[in-house]
Amino acid sequence: MALTVNVVSADQQVWSGEATMVVARTTEGEIGILPGHTPLLAVLAGGEVRVTQVGGRRITANAEDGFISVQNDTVTVVASAAELVG
Amino acid sequence: MGAQLRVYRQKIRSAQTTKKITRAMELISASRIQKAQQRVAASTPYARAVTQAVSAVAAYSNVDHPLTTEKEHVERAAVVIFASDRGLAGAFSASVIKEAEELTELLRSQGKKVVHYLVGRKSVAYFSFRKREYARSWTGGTDQPVFATAKEIGDELVSAFERDAADGGVDEIHIVYNRFVSMVTQTPEVVRLLPLEVVEGVEPPGQHEVLPLYEFEPDPDAVLDALLPVYIESRIFNAMLASAASEHAARQKAMKSASDNADALIRDYTRLANNARQSEITQQISEIVGGADALALAT
Repeated sequence: MALTVNVVSADQQVWSGEATMVVARTTEGEIGILPGHTPLLAVLAGGEVRVTQVGGRRITANAEDGFISVQNDTVTVVASAAELVG
Repeated sequence: MGAQLRVYRQKIRSAQTTKKITRAMELISASRIQKAQQRVAASTPYARAVTQAVSAVAAYSNVDHPLTTEKEHVERAAVVIFASDRGLAGAFSASVIKEAEELTELLRSQGKKVVHYLVGRKSVAYFSFRKREYARSWTGGTDQPVFATAKEIGDELVSAFERDAADGGVDEIHIVYNRFVSMVTQTPEVVRLLPLEVVEGVEPPGQHEVLPLYEFEPDPDAVLDALLPVYIESRIFNAMLASAASEHAARQKAMKSASDNADALIRDYTRLANNARQSEITQQISEIVGGADALALAT
């Protein structure tokens, strides 16, 4: 079972795909999301969100002033200016 | 050349020049509608994500946030009007302003004081011509809106909403914009932005269903605090994009009928000019024949 991850910014969908793990830093601290996580809605503190894709490749998204929501193994990272780094 | 003929020729030429302009504007708008529609489509995932998140907080937590609760006594209401910067778009700006005026009347009849926020030069012109006051205006770029403008409008509105009515704040925010229905129809639409009215995308939990245990970080209140400005911005941006697409569609339609009218004018005047030329020739022939006859009789 994998997570469906969407990274969206105000004017476009930045990235979408399947992942095994998502790590983000919220205002409370670092949080790791694995499949089967409880529904969550959190405000992001630092911009970086790290996504480990199915197959092991990693991508990093910069989502300043955004938030992350998790529901039914669907992770949505939303920020007015989100972009992929590297 | 007879005077009549010259007048017709002038009119034909003027109609032809106008037609060149209207045709060019029609083509420009036609090419921009596509792009505007694509931008609306591209911003939809964001709007959907934000709306779902707001709905989730509203539905799965019982926070009492000022942005979501209605005040008992509404003193001042803000109306944001999304018109265009330029004319030549048929009834585009007129219809949205008319809708806003009706809303203003309705709010006034409920005893609320109405504060206007204007977007687009046409709405500003409408207000300043009538020497009416407005709180703030944003002009330029209505045909290709950028997110920064939406953010600015959103910040202004949220801060006005958070202030007290006595300090020049507002208790309600409405937006009026043209919704893009199809290439030929754009309808003005009124949406109440704040306090939150419609919560979409989440079905209200049934009587015996167990609420999904939602986790909020740091807590529902803080999440809502961070989320609502974003929600307002995304709604405003969405309205601006829809309005831009409608503007292009309205302009294309208006310019197409202008070009068609120019065609009809050119055709009519060409007929009249031909007529005038022919009667001029007939007159000249009969003058020559008459003159020759007179000469022949005289000798």
